[in-house]
Amino acid sequence: MSVLLLADHDLGLLSPSTARLVNAVSQLGPVDLLVLGEGIDQVATEASKISGVSRVLVGQGAGYGGMLPDAVVSLLETLTVRYQYVAAGATAVGRDVMPRLAAKLDLMPITDVVAILDPSRFERPIYAGNAVQTVTSNQAKHLLTLRASAFRAAPLGNDAPIEPVESAATSAARVIAGHRTESDTPDLATAQIVVGGGVSVGSAEGFQLIQQLAQRLNAAVGATRAAVDAGYAPNDWQVGQTGKIIAPDLYIAVGISGALQHLAGIQGVKKIIAINTDAEAPLSKMADVVLLGDLFKTIPELIAELDRLGVKR
Amino acid sequence: MKVLVAVKRVVDHNVRIRVRPDGSGVETNGVRMSMNPFCKHAVEAAVQLGEQGHADEIVIVSIGPKSANDVILTALAMGAHRGLLIETEAELETLAIAKLLAKVVEEEQPDLVLLGKQAVDDDSNHVGQMLAALTDRPQATFASEIKVTADGLEVTREVDWGREVVALPLPAIVTADLRLNTPRNAALPMVMKARSKPLAVRPAAEFGVDLAPRLIIEKVSPPAERATGRTVDSVEDLAAIIAADVSQMEAL
Ligand SMILES: Cc1cc2nc3c(=O)[nH]c(=O)nc-3n(C[C@H](O)[C@H](O)[C@H](O)COP(=O)(O)OP(=O)(O)OC[C@H]3O[C@@H](n4cnc5c(N)ncnc54)[C@H](O)[C@@H]3O)c2cc1C
Repeated sequence: MSVLLLADHDLGLLSPSTARLVNAVSQLGPVDLLVLGEGIDQVATEASKISGVSRVLVGQGAGYGGMLPDAVVSLLETLTVRYQYVAAGATAVGRDVMPRLAAKLDLMPITDVVAILDPSRFERPIYAGNAVQTVTSNQAKHLLTLRASAFRAAPLGNDAPIEPVESAATSAARVIAGHRTESDTPDLATAQIVVGGGVSVGSAEGFQLIQQLAQRLNAAVGATRAAVDAGYAPNDWQVGQTGKIIAPDLYIAVGISGALQHLAGIQGVKKIIAINTDAEAPLSKMADVVLLGDLFKTIPELIAELDRLGVKR
Repeated sequence: MKVLVAVKRVVDHNVRIRVRPDGSGVETNGVRMSMNPFCKHAVEAAVQLGEQGHADEIVIVSIGPKSANDVILTALAMGAHRGLLIETEAELETLAIAKLLAKVVEEEQPDLVLLGKQAVDDDSNHVGQMLAALTDRPQATFASEIKVTADGLEVTREVDWGREVVALPLPAIVTADLRLNTPRNAALPMVMKARSKPLAVRPAAEFGVDLAPRLIIEKVSPPAERATGRTVDSVEDLAAIIAADVSQMEAL
């Protein structure tokens, strides 16, 4: 039972989520990790160190730079013949590619997997995480996307062989521009601590307060859709049903009401701290710890107090 | 150009759903239903393409029970020209849906197919991508902006690291994200007018597509409940809790 896993990487670095995905799928069989892109030698080297990886397959070339789904799927179609499982993270790329591949192969994919129960049984959330489906598949092959945040990372300490794959990627589409959010905070999807802000933060400047608290704790920054729509935070900070799914050990939710579409993104959080003026807000009610108060007063005080206590990460 | 928009009738996104005690699914009896929000953005995008003079015909298709006529009427009231309901009582998987839509694409030959990026019931996020595969058309998913150019479309997509702009030749498949636009509420005269627009109903069986499910839904369960928390009175208390948590994390 062999597994082909599409590696997740960005800016020439392997994403922390890849080790989590490897750990998740290595219970299904030996894992070949496929790295596609341009200028990815370092990514391939890092990938080869993850325990549980049998081989790293590398497809280099301009055609994979933008990970255009028709190009990626035509390569995957040829590779898939040899594997019983083909998997990717439930990222923009995984979501783009895996259903397209599935339809080409006349298979139903199983996406957004949060638990692998046995080789053909999986759990996936539906209705914005308000229910969980247990799905059995008796198909000849299984195409999966997995939520990296639901799994622990495989350790390092491997030295898997790296092999090139031959292919000429072509796409009818063309990437013509990218607008990248500049940020020096950790990766939102895999961060150990996340500080999230809602629309009540009031402005992009207000979000600098959220960022300050995040930097103090070496945390990633998240936002509600309302905050993103108001232009206070970039869209790739959005947490929720239509944003990123996070599962940190600690989520500090500042001025966030807890609409069910937001809660969809934080179900795997171990501990929630809510700072809100409203004791009746859904998030105040479900948080492990609540501080009732105005964020503009409490956050600067909190940062000062953490300074005083010498908290540093 | 001719635009085909696929819309789904789902439990209204404001309803807090209940899992049936026997684990057979989510309670939909007596629950308010409406057009999937993402599909609404797709319809709005098509209507705007019409207003800009790019789309001359907008066809709406929905797959579901007779009651799914509602959401087609909503789309017609928003400005689409005609509708097609592919009627089935079965809950179809996304692959079967995509196959039915591929048949409609074959019949209608639209230049552009717009869909919502995902349905808020099964949260699958499959159908646009699958339809693109089955019709061998390029796809642009999670669109937050669509521009018509001399040789096709420029679509801004929401991706994990920000936004990306892709150029696509037509015919193509595009799936809508929430920031694509603000869907209009149809005024009453438009709602009245919608009733006189053509709306064909055809049984799913007529399309000669294999609709049998591939997956077995063993059960549906509610998510794990969280224990109730506590309220702290001061920033000092909260800081102490965070400090303790952080020191434990480092010990890991
Ligand atoms: C199809 C669909 C998908 C969606 N997807 C997402 C998603 O992925 N993610 C997401 O987040 N949302 C999503 N939404 C939107 C969601 O429904 C809510 O509108 C949104 O999460 C609310 O954001 P908010 O908490 O910032 O704002 P609000 O709901 O307006 O809440 C503001 C909160 O701030 C508190 N507050 C106000 N002033 C202060 C202050 N000075 N100090 C402290 N607290 C204060 C208030 O008490 C309140 O609790 C989606 C909606 C739809 C329809």
